[in-house]
Amino acid sequence: MASPVPPPTSPTATGIPVAVRGLRKSFGDQAVLKGVDLDIRAGEVFVLMGPSGSGKSVFLRHLIGLEAPDSGEIRLGGELATSEGLGERYRLAMVFQSGGLLNSLTVAENVGLYLSEHRLKPSAEIARVVAEKLAAVRLEPSVAAKYPTELSGGMRKRVAIARALVTDPQLVLFDEPTSELDPLVALAIGREIVGLNHRTGATIVVVTHDRDLAFGIADRIAFLDGGEIAAIGSPAEMRASRHPLLQQFLAADFKPE
Amino acid sequence: MFQNFGEMLLLFVAVGRALPRVWRERRKVAEQLFDIGNASLFMACTLSLFIGGVLALQTGPVLVERGLGSALGGLVALGLCKELAPVMMAVLIAGRIGSAMAAELGSMRVYQEIDALRTLNINPVHYLVLPRVVAIGLALPCLVVFANLVGWLGGAIVSLLNDRIAVSWSGYFGNIRETVDFSDVANGLVKSFVFAVVIGVVSCHQGLTTLGGPRGVGRSVTKAVVNSLVLILLLDYVLTRVLLPFDKGWRF
Ligand SMILES: Nc1ncnc2c1ncn2[C@@H]1O[C@H](COP(=O)(O)OP(=O)(O)OP(=O)(O)O)[C@@H](O)[C@H]1O
Ligand SMILES: [Mg+2]
Repeated sequence: MASPVPPPTSPTATGIPVAVRGLRKSFGDQAVLKGVDLDIRAGEVFVLMGPSGSGKSVFLRHLIGLEAPDSGEIRLGGELATSEGLGERYRLAMVFQSGGLLNSLTVAENVGLYLSEHRLKPSAEIARVVAEKLAAVRLEPSVAAKYPTELSGGMRKRVAIARALVTDPQLVLFDEPTSELDPLVALAIGREIVGLNHRTGATIVVVTHDRDLAFGIADRIAFLDGGEIAAIGSPAEMRASRHPLLQQFLAADFKPE
Repeated sequence: MFQNFGEMLLLFVAVGRALPRVWRERRKVAEQLFDIGNASLFMACTLSLFIGGVLALQTGPVLVERGLGSALGGLVALGLCKELAPVMMAVLIAGRIGSAMAAELGSMRVYQEIDALRTLNINPVHYLVLPRVVAIGLALPCLVVFANLVGWLGGAIVSLLNDRIAVSWSGYFGNIRETVDFSDVANGLVKSFVFAVVIGVVSCHQGLTTLGGPRGVGRSVTKAVVNSLVLILLLDYVLTRVLLPFDKGWRF
């Protein structure tokens, strides 16, 4: 992907920093996170990579309070995150790997859900915002009246991104935002993520396997392996990293035998 | 089976605390009411017609043999409004509506829709559980009123047409008017309201705590219905006993 590396300025800086200390989580006797220490700076685009099944999604779920750590702590903007009502103090948003759209609502209702449920805007205004956000993720206006089950996987993913954008979040978590998208739409989404970061200064955490996206948008990249942060640094530092699995990750290319 | 009892109580308390928001959620309550009515009104009436009929059929010949045919209307009506209508309508709603709620919330849970709600800072208890519990709580007593009327009619038809009973229309309804008063009907309505809350809370709780994919949804539905039924039948005895002092004397 040819998305430009963003300039290292965050204009309004409403983003909040994330500090993770000694985060451990097991499911049964399977230890998934074995002491993750990580600082994500306010207003940066932070990309988390790692092998499939290494616990990236589990890590994101901890940040947003959907999963409670076995031990360790997570601070969002200096405040300890708990699984109860942490969204009261900060506006967080997450785009799930599978979208997480409400299947009983139309696309427009899904995207406008935050505004309508919290009574933030009159319905005409909501309709305008919804149309704007759908356009931002390159969806046709006609999609608005459809139900999520009538969309392709990639379209659902884009609706979920539009829904996250509506909340005007200070911290946005993207789980595999481009995994089901064609290269052009993936490019548009990458640009939209960077644009969101520039416009609002929101802190952005992206989990992805898409190397082009990662190196195109990231201020910093971390590599999660074996339940720990195995490597972390700027895209240039990561390219130069000696971590063997990371090197394989970056070098992997399909060549016919 | 009741290891989740504490969680259900917590959900019940949470719904109670959310009650002041119910006006805000009135559109969702109305949608749920519409669904419930659509799914169950016709069936409730059919069921009640037959329940009233069978009650008359079982008791009528015995009473008439002993020369007590004139008491038949009151017996059928009391049996219906205090016991059979609330319990049978609750069973119907647990099977038709409770199961559907557990399935809907269960698949929402499995497909991360509930997680998504929480990331939008929308409380699933307010958004999903409150309207459903309130809607069942309103709908079930209404269904019981229908069930009473239709059931009494069913009893009357059987009493009139069956050779071994042959109690006249006016004798049957006259006895109902003498025997049944408002407190008897209210007794059944109170019961049915409690059953409704039980069905709503149990089913929503099962839905929200669904684990493990489509199979988990199936398990939740089964548990929602079975737990609701067990609780309804246990509570039926307890409620009957508790409401006994409010009766205006025995009439049997
Ligand atoms: N609710 C759960 N119960 C039990 N095990 C779980 C649960 N959620 C995740 N796991 C386990 O945790 C591990 C990490 O899962 P996770 O979804 O975080 O992987 P991932 O890094 O996001 O992988 P991918 O790149 O394929 O999305 C997996 O081995 C998975 O089996
Ligand atoms: Mg994942």
